[in-house]
Amino acid sequence: MTEVPVKLTAKDFRSNQEVRWCPGCGDFAILSAIQSFMPELGIPRERITFVSGIGCSSRFPYYLNTYGMHSIHGRAPAIATGLAVSRPDLSVWVVSGDGDALSIGGNHLIHALRRNVNLKILMFNNRIYGLTKGQCSPTSEFGKVTKSTPVGSRDTPFNPIALALGAEASFVARTIDSDRKHLHSVLRAAAAHEGSAFIEIYQNCAIFNDGAFDVLKDPASRDSVLVRLEHGKPITFGGSGEKCVVREPRGFGLEVADTANVPRSEIIVHDETVAGPAYAFTLSRLSDSDLSNTPIGVFRRVHRPSYEAMVAEQNTSARAGSTESTPDELLSELLHAGNTWTLA
Amino acid sequence: MAKQIQHLDRVAIRFAGDSGDGMQLTGDRFASETAILGNDLSTLPNYPAEIRAPSGSLHGVSSFQVHFAAHDVLTPGDSPDVLVAMNPAALRANLADLPPNAEIIVNTDEFTPRNLEKVGYTSNPLENDSLDGYTVHRVPLTTATVAALADLDVAKKDAERAKNMFALGLLSWMYSRPTEGTVEFLKQKFAKKPVLAAANVAAFQAGWNYGETTEDFAVRYEVKPAKLEPGTYRSVNGNSALAYGLAAAALRARLPLFLGAYPITPASEILHELSGYKRYGVTTFQAEDEIAAVGSALGASYGGALGVTSTSGPGLALKTETLGLAVMLELPLVIVDVQRAGPSTGLPTKTEQSDLNIALFGRHGEAPLAVIAARSPADCFDAALEAARIALTYRMPVILLSDGYLANGSEPWLLPDPADLPDLRVEFATEPNGPDGTFLPYLHDPHTLARPWAVPGTPGLEHRIGGLEKADRTGAVSYVPADHDLMMRLRAARVEAIDVPDLEVEDPSGTARVLVLGWGSTYGPIGAACRKLRERGVSIAQAHLRHIAPMPKNVGAVLASYDRVVIPEMNLGQLAHVVRERYLIDSVSYNKVNGQPFTSAELETVLEEVVRND
Repeated sequence: MTEVPVKLTAKDFRSNQEVRWCPGCGDFAILSAIQSFMPELGIPRERITFVSGIGCSSRFPYYLNTYGMHSIHGRAPAIATGLAVSRPDLSVWVVSGDGDALSIGGNHLIHALRRNVNLKILMFNNRIYGLTKGQCSPTSEFGKVTKSTPVGSRDTPFNPIALALGAEASFVARTIDSDRKHLHSVLRAAAAHEGSAFIEIYQNCAIFNDGAFDVLKDPASRDSVLVRLEHGKPITFGGSGEKCVVREPRGFGLEVADTANVPRSEIIVHDETVAGPAYAFTLSRLSDSDLSNTPIGVFRRVHRPSYEAMVAEQNTSARAGSTESTPDELLSELLHAGNTWTLA
Repeated sequence: MAKQIQHLDRVAIRFAGDSGDGMQLTGDRFASETAILGNDLSTLPNYPAEIRAPSGSLHGVSSFQVHFAAHDVLTPGDSPDVLVAMNPAALRANLADLPPNAEIIVNTDEFTPRNLEKVGYTSNPLENDSLDGYTVHRVPLTTATVAALADLDVAKKDAERAKNMFALGLLSWMYSRPTEGTVEFLKQKFAKKPVLAAANVAAFQAGWNYGETTEDFAVRYEVKPAKLEPGTYRSVNGNSALAYGLAAAALRARLPLFLGAYPITPASEILHELSGYKRYGVTTFQAEDEIAAVGSALGASYGGALGVTSTSGPGLALKTETLGLAVMLELPLVIVDVQRAGPSTGLPTKTEQSDLNIALFGRHGEAPLAVIAARSPADCFDAALEAARIALTYRMPVILLSDGYLANGSEPWLLPDPADLPDLRVEFATEPNGPDGTFLPYLHDPHTLARPWAVPGTPGLEHRIGGLEKADRTGAVSYVPADHDLMMRLRAARVEAIDVPDLEVEDPSGTARVLVLGWGSTYGPIGAACRKLRERGVSIAQAHLRHIAPMPKNVGAVLASYDRVVIPEMNLGQLAHVVRERYLIDSVSYNKVNGQPFTSAELETVLEEVVRND
């Protein structure tokens, strides 16, 4: 049976629930971007499932007219793994925040990534706890003054891209809530990727960390700090490309240089498909909490078979020749296998 | 010399030796010979928690007990009638368990000054009077084995290692066991090393001949077959029976089985077993932690599989938040808790029934769910099917309690005909069920109070569920006070709506005034104690709970109809607490929390005292 081509619009992905985020929240833009992107997948709505944890971002599934589960704090990747492994026919998306994914759920995130479960993991990073009203998060800048750190946080933040790469992620990208075109391009690449795709989305919390990413959005400043990664292109930025990325003279890192002082051949040409994670890792370290030299786009995109494909392969090979048996015949075979004895 | 033949009704034999002496294999082989002969039997291994304990040390002793009889057997036996001690450590570690006049077979070769010193013997117990009161057979097992293999081209070390088969041969002769199965087993086990196969078979036969020819063994015993139902049997322990039961439940439900698990003693074997059942529609997932294990199982259930997670107490504690979500989502989920002695790491390899409280009450908010318990190793199969039936029918998490005693104990199991097992087929929602073609994910069935199971992939039924409180029918997030009140009561009512058979009472005399009420793995020792009391003319009634939440409807009436209710538990009174709270019955508790199962003898004493004082 051939499937009827699906022609859906953004409207088809809106649920009947009233969206309840604070005015000015970056989540609105992300929701709208995803609703407008979903038709592009060409997948019927019923085959799409969004699983979330807890936090502002995790209300997301309620607002999408697909299947969805708003689960518990940090556990979305674990729950989604069970769903994806048992239902490889589904397109499973995980929506999470910096606290949900990197703090309480850090363990599940890294294990989903190393297994390469076919999950598209969207991590909204606003560098603050929003739903609990303003405590520092694992991505808050060192020294940040929040409700729980009145004289400044003593915690060194995670670099989520570096963390994902260290966890063997096969697809790692970063984008920004307000840049719909860029968000779409990253989602498109993630959707086409086999296995886990980790996407960090810088997201503004208008109430507790307003303007955290303004430097990346303000037309006056963004060109000097945003490093737009494009596969196969030299990495230059700064409005007219006056800055570029080159190798560090010492060590194995990358650094920013003035394009005018560097031979063209020394400018790094971005390659998402480098087999080892070291290149993407050094890219992720170009920027710090201060957001200077912030790369956005796809850091890494390498091919590895998805976890559920490999599990399915094992199951299929174990089930060879069993398809003509009824469930009761299979059960009888199982119970009688190995050592048995018969009493008359 | 013609040997005297003596008939026995029942015997318990304990094979004990160093961890490296192959006692588990020896005991297992003896049990297999016994099963084929048609005796009923029950076995229990006991091995060190350490993976490689120092050789010859007390804590390196490994043992295997076989209890077999000409009638049905309920327990692995309180105390062994026969001890096979392969070294001084095995003798020292097990002697206190022996009744007077027990037979002891010792390997004299190992009773060297150095080995004696290792376990704190200041003089050789074989040479002083410390074993007076026992019948001791002094057998040079090692040298006799080596001598028997002299003509074979086998290394001395390998010859010595075959001494366990010599011991097995001797015991097989003593108890008139069939030998063909063991010979065949050894040939297959060492198929790739014919020399070792020949050596082990020769040692086994030499042991048999030793009994036949040596004057030390003047008596041979026979234990007639029990009247067992005809059919095909296999040996199962609690964990393997549980794995079979879970696989059977999924096949009878026509659903894939998904097990999410994290390794933990004494439950890991369920994961091991099920990981080999891929052919039968089983997918296993070794999760990164206990939380992910239950989370993945819940995710699989959401997708339309029978989601299961297996664990022990510490793992159950970690899973509780997810169980709350499962209660909220109203999805099927089976949680197997193979209890061990706690709290915290406690005694991981020892048994206890101390997780009843956490199973019943261990969640935040009020999160009622079903709790059932298995009562024997083979019963774990039926218990798994029942757990799945409740989970699938009523769309709720079900905690199935087993324990270390059931997990490791084994017994023969008459294989069921799959067609005779419960039909667990479920219907997924496929059509809208609300006005104007809408779908109401929380529209509850009037009888089961279960909601529709609409799995992702079903067109037109797209909906969102979650841990937030919701409105009945629509499932929409709701903070309305009346909605929370309604849903709280509905979740409790759904547990009470579970169709549970009445509690059955066994009282052959019909005149008992004292009832002993149990749950879980105490069924065997309680049953054996009641049997012994009745043989002596003492009337006692026995009832055993499979369902603890909800309780069978007749429990209150049953308990109220006796003068006294005795509740033996391997905890400090958790069921007794529930019984008192629910039925205002002031039961007599008998509690044991030393990591060991009840013996039927101690229960016999306790129960008799209650009956006499009634």
